[in-house]
Parts: sequence; structure tokens; C-alpha cells
Amino acid sequence: MRRAAVLGTGQTDHRSRRTDVSMAGLCREAIDRALADAGTDWSQIDAVVLGKAPDLFEGVMMPELFLAQSLGAVGKPLLRVHTAGSVGGATAIVATSLIRAGVHRRVLAVAFEKQSESNAMWALSIQPPFSAPITAGAGGYFAPHIRSYIRRSGAPPHVGALVAVKDRRNGALNPHAHLRQPDITLESVQASPMLWDPIRYDETCPSSDGACAVVIGDAAAASSSDRQVAWIKATAMRTEPTFYSGKDHVDPRAGAAAAAALWDLAGIKNPLDEVDVAELYVPFSWFEPMWLENVGFVGPGQGWKLVEAGETRIGGTLPVNPSGGVLCSNPIGASGLLRFAEAAMQVMGRAGEHQVAGASTALGHAYGGGSQFFSMWVVGRTP
Amino acid sequence: METLAAPLTIAFDYTRSLGPVLGRFMAGLRDRRVMGGRTADGRVHVPPLEYDPVTHEPVTDLVEVAPSGTVISWTWTGRPLEGQPLDWPFGWALIRLDGADTALLHAVDAGSAEAMRTGMRVRIRWAADRVGHIRDIECFEPGTATAGPPGPESEPVTMMTTPIRLHYRHTTSVEEDRYLRALAEGRIIGQRCPACRKVYVPPRFCPADGVAPDEVVEVAGRGTVTTFCVVNVPFAGQRLTPPYVVAQVLLDGADIPVPHLILGVPAEEVRMGLRVAAVWRDRADWGTTPENISHFAPSGEPDAAYETYAEHL
Repeated sequence: MRRAAVLGTGQTDHRSRRTDVSMAGLCREAIDRALADAGTDWSQIDAVVLGKAPDLFEGVMMPELFLAQSLGAVGKPLLRVHTAGSVGGATAIVATSLIRAGVHRRVLAVAFEKQSESNAMWALSIQPPFSAPITAGAGGYFAPHIRSYIRRSGAPPHVGALVAVKDRRNGALNPHAHLRQPDITLESVQASPMLWDPIRYDETCPSSDGACAVVIGDAAAASSSDRQVAWIKATAMRTEPTFYSGKDHVDPRAGAAAAAALWDLAGIKNPLDEVDVAELYVPFSWFEPMWLENVGFVGPGQGWKLVEAGETRIGGTLPVNPSGGVLCSNPIGASGLLRFAEAAMQVMGRAGEHQVAGASTALGHAYGGGSQFFSMWVVGRTP
Repeated sequence: METLAAPLTIAFDYTRSLGPVLGRFMAGLRDRRVMGGRTADGRVHVPPLEYDPVTHEPVTDLVEVAPSGTVISWTWTGRPLEGQPLDWPFGWALIRLDGADTALLHAVDAGSAEAMRTGMRVRIRWAADRVGHIRDIECFEPGTATAGPPGPESEPVTMMTTPIRLHYRHTTSVEEDRYLRALAEGRIIGQRCPACRKVYVPPRFCPADGVAPDEVVEVAGRGTVTTFCVVNVPFAGQRLTPPYVVAQVLLDGADIPVPHLILGVPAEEVRMGLRVAAVWRDRADWGTTPENISHFAPSGEPDAAYETYAEHL
């Protein structure tokens, strides 16, 4: 298969309300930074792939229509990707596939969400006729599954708070992060209100305005770049129904299958030994130990032990979300692409203060819907 | 037989952060001025584009165009829809304002289709109350007008609100219809997948096998709490006052849990494995709705062993 590489990445300064920019302006902040980081310009971009979460979030039907010229897509192919919260990851993978198929030399992938324009919680809580008013909100959807994880794994209750402390402190090292809380402590997280028991306020992602963009190129584009690129070793996507009898909400089959395919394609036998840093999609802190197990870094019931031992901090065996992750910035449609871009930034050595020393292999991970869509990639410093 | 159906309306007041270009355009409308954006090729776009489609640079050169122009093409709408500029018959027209190179789609209040023609001259009818919104242009009308005296631009508008209302008709599937009609008789039914033999409540096409369900199975009004959360947070669209417990309840005889409320017990006493029974509303209030079951409450039976529901987490 043809090789593909991330040539450059860009992201906005994520905030709860970016009222200074329109949706177009938000996207361009990320795109212009990605083009500069890639050392390329519009004349070299062959196609544009746009991802964002469901249109109902901002209430703009098919925003790719009105955004076309602002995304530099006039006269070029423009594709829109939809896979709920995992869409940012899926967007990067679609762009990668266009390169690997030999269709294009350089593709721009961009994803955004302007949550302040709407209310995602409202959009997710619409009640159709003939249904019972059993609304619990986004956290209420995932909280029971976290309870199941705790029961199944025997994890002590402070593990979720440990993840929150780590991610928020990591976010303080990331100039783009929405939440930057260097002084957060285990005690302050545990003192924060219990929103959806067992999820506390400080263990929950924020609602953010933000965008992310990456430029992906083929081997010729990568070799003509005078900066370090992130070689895309493998990509994988898998899907399963949101609900079916026997669905494992703690260890979803699609996530495990995507990861198994990913490691196989990347030639990775022991992920915990061979991967230097992971950007996992963790909107609620307890998903870090759950996904550590689901993607196969450790066996069932072992994820929380890695967290408790401090091994997922920067400097640990497997730093997870050195950028601060979704817990610090959650422009939903962009959140998956941010995970993929941050993984690339680590192996390119361009992660600034949250750089993991010597990172040469990194995982980017995203999931969406009711643990329905999974997308992942492995990037490396060498082809 | 027709299945049950009901209307669904969803509405939300979305906001739009306008950014520097559209912010100036909306501020102009408030002042009864129309600003176009000049792109690098010299063309003036109305409304202005935020970014040049050819050079990709931000558009910064905004120029005032006339509040009147020429109809390039048009059609007639005899039955206006909710949310359109006028609620009586009008012409939808592509209008090129004098000084602009692109056409704007808007309504022409021409009285009748016979009064419309390509090439006709039209002018803006301004809204009486202008707030810096696209609706500051009420519509167009036959005639001409000239731009007002030049003056300083006022502060750009930063935010615009765009209320959106969507109307749907939700029609139930055969399976959902059967389930709802059983509920109206105080019964809870599921249907078995012919492939995996699992009983789905409510009945549905099997999400795992993709086939229609067959055997109708009546299930119990009692079951086991597999897992749950305590909702302590208020949010938009919420129907109950927090705190309350939303649990996954695996009904006896079903192979997939249903979400429901657990009441009649303090939230801190709800636990995985708790045995619960449906509490139905007064029979006089029953309809073809899941709301016939008010909530679930502890049944008094001993807790179910973890192994009995571990496959459903």
C-alpha cells in the first residue's frame, strides 16, 4: 500500500465561546496554522475533507455548502464525514485513504464544532412521540456503563479523579487547551459536585468552540518536506449497533476489533511496550482505564492499575493525553481529529511543553455515538 | 392497518457569531446600507464572502452598493411556508443590486405573478425595527431607490439569533405499534429474533442480525437493575427535578434492558442487582404510550446474583 504521512497540524485556541469568529473563521484559524506547520500552501492542496458532529448541534444543515470557499475547496473535491463524536478521527482516515489510494498528493482534513452556537445537550435530548420521558443527558448515558466498569474491574473509586487531575494538569501545559488547571488536586476533584453519579463535575469534559486541521501527504510530499513528518503506520475503523442484546458497553466489540486490526497492520506485537504515547478519546475520566483495556494495552480489569500507578502521566510507561485530552477541550466534531493530530505532533517532536521525550510511535483514538463508532491510527517518526 | 403516528416539533434559538465580515454586513443593514465584499478579481459579492474563493485570503474590502437592483430570474410562490419573508403570495427572485456582481435571493412583494418579470427594477423594503440581522431586509418591492448619504460605519454586529422550528410526523413501525397497543392493555410485549433467538423489548428489527422479529413474547412487569446513574444535574429538556435514578432494567424474559426511573427508594439505596417491579399509572390514564408505566420500584425480592445480568452490562 502507498505510504501516507501527516505533514502538518493546526488547531484553534479552544474556548467555551469563540464569539470573535464565525464558523468559517474558526476553521480557518486551524487550517492556516496547519498549512504553515506543513510548510505548504493552498496551491498544493488537492482535496478537502470536512468532519463535524450532527448538524442539529449548530442547526446548520450541511455546513460544507456555505463553508466551501472558506475551506479553500472551490475547484477541488470536498467530502463531508459523519460519525458522531468519532468524526474527527474518521475525517483523518478518509483523507489518509485518498492518499493511500493514489488519488491525491496532499489532502486537507478539517473538523470543527461551535458548541456555543447551540446546545448539544438539548440536541441529544429531543424526545420523539411514544417514548417515555427518561432523559438523563449525555453524562447520564455513559455513567451507568462507568458503574459497570467499576463493578467488573474492582477499581477503587478515586481512579476517575486521578485521571481528571492528570489531564487537567497536562492541559495547563497546552496553550490551546480550553481548561488549564495547574493547581487542581485529587481533593478538589473529589470535592466537586456529583453530576451523574458516579461522574463528578471535574471528571467531565467541557463544552468548547474549536477546530483542528491536518495536512496529509503521500511519500513524495513527505520527502519534499524539510520538517519532520508523522508517518501513518496504520488506520482502523469499526462500527457496531448502539444497542443489541449482549452489547458490552464497557468493552465494546467494535473498539476491540478496530484495535486488534490496527496493531496487526502496524506490526505491533506488544502495544504497551511499543507505543510511546496515546491520545485516547476520554470525555469522562473513567474512560481512560476502560479504553486502555479495550484497545489492548492491558488485559481486562487492569487499566485502573496503570492509572493508579501513575504510569499514564507524562514520564510514565504510557503517557495518555499529554495534551489534556477531551477532558480539557471538547469541540465535539474536532475532538477526534485533535487526538489524531496530537499523536502526530508527539512523533514530529512539535508538542511543545507537553512533549513526551523521545516519542517515536503514537496512538490517536476516537469513539462516537453510544460507543458505536471507533477510529484509530498509529503514527511514527519513521516510515 | 395504519400504525400509530403523532407530530413532533423541535425548535431552538440558535446563535451565530458573525466574525468581522458578516458583522459589518449586518451593522450596515441596521443602518439601511448594503455592504458588498470585493474579492481579488474585482467582483463585488452581496452578501459578502468571508474568504476569497480564488486567493483564499480573508475578504477585507467592503463597499456599499445600492438598495435597489434588477431581477435576474424569478419564480412565484402561491403558498408561502412558515418562516419565509412574507406570509402572502410573492415572487422569489435573484436580485443583482446596483454595484454588485452577484445576485441575492429574496422575496419580491409584487402582488401577482403577472407583475413579475426578468429585468424589473426592485428596491429594498426595510424592516421598521432594525437590529443588525438579515431580517432587517423585510423584502423587495417594485421601484428604485438610491443609497443614503455616506456616513461612518457603525460598530460591527457580533451575534445574531436565528430561531429554527422543524415539524415532523413520527410514524411508528409495525413492531412499535404492536408494543404500544399492548401497553394500552397493561401488557409488556417483546418479540424474538428468529436468528439469535433473543427477545427484544420494545420489539424491533434485530440490530445484530438485521432481520424482522417474529414470535411475540409477553414479558414480566418486573426485573433486575443491571446498572444505573443518579442524575443530580439540571439540563435543557429535562422533565424531572434532580436527583433521580435512571436505571437499566432487565425485565424477566427479555434479553436487553430498558432504561427507566427507579422511585420509591432513596437514591443511595439503589444498587446493581436490585429487583424492581413496574408501577403503572391509574388505568383510566392509560394510552398507547410507555408513560403508562410511571416508574419502577423495589419488588422486595432478594437481589439478583451478578452472574444473572453480567452479560447485559
